[in-house]
Amino acid sequence: MRFPLLFVHVLFLAIGVGLFLKAWPLLAEVPIGAILGSESWHPLRGDFGLYPFIMGTLAVTALAMAISIPVCLLSAVYLSEYAGTRIRESVRLAVDILAGIPSVIYGLCGILVIVPLVRELGEAIGIQTTGYSLLAGGIILAIMVAPFIIALTVEVFRTIPIEARESALALGTTRWEMVHHVLLRHARRGVMAAVVLGFSRAFGETMAVLMVVGNVPQVPGSLFDPAYPLPALIANNYGEMMSIPLYDAALMLAAFILLLVVSVFSLGAHFTLLRIGRFGV
Amino acid sequence: MGSRKFTENLFKVLMLLSLVLILSTLVGIMAVIVVKGWNAMSLSMLIETPQGGYYLGQGGGVANAIVGSLYLAFGASILAMLISLPAAFALQREYTNRRFADATRFVLDILWGTPSIVYGAFGFTLMVYLGLRASLLGGIIVLTMLMLPIMIRSMEEVIRMVPPELKEIAYALGTTRLETTFAVVFRQALPGMITAVLLAFGRGIGDAASILFTAGYTDEIPSSLLDPVASLPLAVFFQVGTPIPEVQERAYAAALILLAIVLLVNIASRLLGRRFSKNIIR
Repeated sequence: MRFPLLFVHVLFLAIGVGLFLKAWPLLAEVPIGAILGSESWHPLRGDFGLYPFIMGTLAVTALAMAISIPVCLLSAVYLSEYAGTRIRESVRLAVDILAGIPSVIYGLCGILVIVPLVRELGEAIGIQTTGYSLLAGGIILAIMVAPFIIALTVEVFRTIPIEARESALALGTTRWEMVHHVLLRHARRGVMAAVVLGFSRAFGETMAVLMVVGNVPQVPGSLFDPAYPLPALIANNYGEMMSIPLYDAALMLAAFILLLVVSVFSLGAHFTLLRIGRFGV
Repeated sequence: MGSRKFTENLFKVLMLLSLVLILSTLVGIMAVIVVKGWNAMSLSMLIETPQGGYYLGQGGGVANAIVGSLYLAFGASILAMLISLPAAFALQREYTNRRFADATRFVLDILWGTPSIVYGAFGFTLMVYLGLRASLLGGIIVLTMLMLPIMIRSMEEVIRMVPPELKEIAYALGTTRLETTFAVVFRQALPGMITAVLLAFGRGIGDAASILFTAGYTDEIPSSLLDPVASLPLAVFFQVGTPIPEVQERAYAAALILLAIVLLVNIASRLLGRRFSKNIIR
């Protein structure tokens, strides 16, 4: 009976080791610091600096989280503390549907709605931009991770015992004061875990971001500059990578970095959630 | 007192605004896709493959992508089910000790969170190693990997919901572990199992990054497992980028069809779950 479970472990190991072995030829030739810290991306000359892509990934993810977290937290508090059962259930349905929408559809909406909007916004404040920018990517990504963060946060709030709420309210607090001083304080770890999981989800999202973010290998200087995140780098360059030496190693290194970061985040969130009494996600 | 009341009301308004924002993005996305897709939709979109290639336009539809997506998603669902069912049962106390089960759950959670582009990259490497070209088979293999953690974890949650008393009664009657698993636990967990499969199916049919290089893309409907295959998400992705209006129309139609399939799967899983759960003992 252990065989199918072993298969899961073997699959994970195979992915990790496989990507690492494919990345090894590059790592053996160029020190890792030089790859991660270099801004020079010229595959034909053998320069594989991943710095712009790492910064692009971080920038677009951080922007998405900055937009998403306040809205998600406020929604989650309302759903768990203020809303009646009927509203809660129907919003949950909506959140489920949002979570299930394929990422290319988010990308398509981004191209049709967000990109023109960003272009006009740029013009309104006097910046020339195509609209394919860090900001467009961040907005789309913020919408994509929202259902995920809301669902997790509501579940975290549910683990807080009702007595904690009642005793605060009995002391004469308003509901918001109770939320602020009791609920959020108790749920701090769980909310952190939810945010971290949302972050790691955003970190690896490929298609929707790729479609709106512009894909220029430079470190973005402003919200209206294009960016080029790691997943987009992998997706865009697959076709040609076989003909250029070490190109495939560089891309596999990018994939390995994604896997590593997501695993570390999962590890952290897993043990935080474990400690507040909820196993797994 | 006044300021406390004010804060309370302020945050209430902010919360309602947030909620409205979230709900309106859902409505907005649906509206954009439905309006754009509906205008592009016609019978030939559904039943014809593209004419004159993707650079030239010249009419035709997205039948290649519809059929391709269904091939990929059904193939991968069946393959993933074959591995997930035994795995989900094996995670139970009766079959595996707790530490190994916990470690496996943890690995599954990492795999669940692994970006699909990583599966794509790994799948592509694996296929090069095995000497496979971008094909239906390759796409199915990668989608199976993507679906596995979703399916196993959600099946397992369902199995754990089965009341232990039921199992104890069965054991008390002298059944073996396997008999109990099939006759009691499996039947009790069936509706949840179906939901789990549909959940994975919905995720698999919508994923583009993992099959970008492993399934390939073609204007034809594949005739064997080793032919490349088109898919709806990639039809959207490739065709929206062209300047030719006819080709863009195909992207909008493909997006609407994909959204419809995903929503149908979502509704079906709810309805099926509710219907089958009538006979469940809680």
